[in-house]
Amino acid sequence: MKYILLFCGNEERWDTMAEAERNGMYARIGEWWGSHSASGKIFGGEELQPVTTATTVRHNGDSTVVTDGPFIEAKETVGGFALIDVANLDEAIELAKTWPAKGLVEIRPLVVDSSM
Amino acid sequence: MSSATDPRSATDEALARVFREETGRLVAGLVRFLGDFDLAEELVQEAVLSAIETWPSSGIPANPAAWLTTTARRKAIDRIRRESRYRDKLVLLAGSPAPAPTEPDDRLRLIFTCCHPALAREAQLALTLRAVCGLTTPEIARAFLATEPAMAQRIVRAKRKIVEAGIPYRVPSREELTGRLQEVLAVLYLLFNEGYLASAGPVAHRRDLTTDAEWLAGLLGRLLPEEPEVLGLLALMRLHLARAGTRFDRYGGLVLLRDQDRSRWNRNAIAAAGRLIEQAAAMGRPGPYQVQAAIAALHSEAASWEETDWEEIVALYSLLLAFQPSPVVRLNRAIALRHLAGPAAALAEVEAVAPELDSYHLLHATRAELLRDLGRAEEARPEDEAALKLTQNPAERELLRQRLLD
Repeated sequence: MKYILLFCGNEERWDTMAEAERNGMYARIGEWWGSHSASGKIFGGEELQPVTTATTVRHNGDSTVVTDGPFIEAKETVGGFALIDVANLDEAIELAKTWPAKGLVEIRPLVVDSSM
Repeated sequence: MSSATDPRSATDEALARVFREETGRLVAGLVRFLGDFDLAEELVQEAVLSAIETWPSSGIPANPAAWLTTTARRKAIDRIRRESRYRDKLVLLAGSPAPAPTEPDDRLRLIFTCCHPALAREAQLALTLRAVCGLTTPEIARAFLATEPAMAQRIVRAKRKIVEAGIPYRVPSREELTGRLQEVLAVLYLLFNEGYLASAGPVAHRRDLTTDAEWLAGLLGRLLPEEPEVLGLLALMRLHLARAGTRFDRYGGLVLLRDQDRSRWNRNAIAAAGRLIEQAAAMGRPGPYQVQAAIAALHSEAASWEETDWEEIVALYSLLLAFQPSPVVRLNRAIALRHLAGPAAALAEVEAVAPELDSYHLLHATRAELLRDLGRAEEARPEDEAALKLTQNPAERELLRQRLLD
């Protein structure tokens, strides 16, 4: 089954991290990503620019409103995502548990169009 | 508790027993056969509803498992005519012999799926009752004082999540088992407590969930005989049940443990539970349910409230606190400590957890009792009043009202 893992966390914590610590974290994420891509579990994904760069377009009937910021203001924001293909939710949960950057990981199954 | 003289409730109990034994097995077999949890569970539920319609007048068939299986298959054939969605799966079911009831017991997978941590707690409770114990949606709704449509929707959503989110139908691996088992035990204990507390309220048309919870714990104990915490929980439930008959007086008033008529406790059941605890302890892996069972056993075995082994009980609460560092456990330890170290020492412990438990009625009721013990009756009164405001349980309310009148 295909899922998306949404990696969420506190950007402030990330920003205030000592450089050596941040580099260490990136190294661990790189290793994690590399090994799970090689095994075929991860088939896509990216890191996102900080939430300060987010823009939201809201549809209001026929008009649209463009605003600065994410659609929901929260301490925890989405910082990246991975598209994975695993046997079932338990495997997705196991993968999310090993995500090196801690924080939160939301797991959502993808809608697979059977006609495609 | 229903009385044995009421023929209607006698039939209900016989039906409940059959459904408990047969439906979980049938659902488990069908899920494996069809590879679709939602559909398999639905077909069995429909078969159960048919049985409820026909069995009370026709009598329970000699082989209820075969009856339910045949009915579920007939429902499947009806579905093939109505819906194309499941056609391939249902053709399989209609065309082949029914899954043999002699195949290995698959109910463990069923239980772990119903109690998967990705499902909300209320959904776990409802699904376990329906799929494993064979309760109908209206029965579950009544047991939880919910409306039928709300309960039906909760179940539909949970089953949809199992299918759409890919919750697997399997027993967790060795490494995951301890964590996942905790989840299952929490569900069973919550079911038991739900039934245990509800027996104080209007019971007339509510199913006794304590029986279902105890049965589930027994089943789990047979399916996982090497897990001491399962035996601990089973012993704990059986100890509560052995004393259940003395919890209320003839007017429905709550009788506290210290005032209960110990001659009416079920001594054989208490001794059997004690043996279960020893069997669990011999496995050398203690845990919170075994400790709670040991505490309940000490209470059950004491000849009187005064002769209770308080030293051992306080020691066990300290151990429980190490497993479950919660303010409620600490409050319970303080209550036991009163008999070992006196009310002043106990009150100091109660005050230490008071800020965290301000909205818990038993904190205030305990504080009131300790204050009265210390001769500070004026301070006790507002505490009893606070406790009264915080509980809806009619029997507890009556007891508190009585105290305020004294």
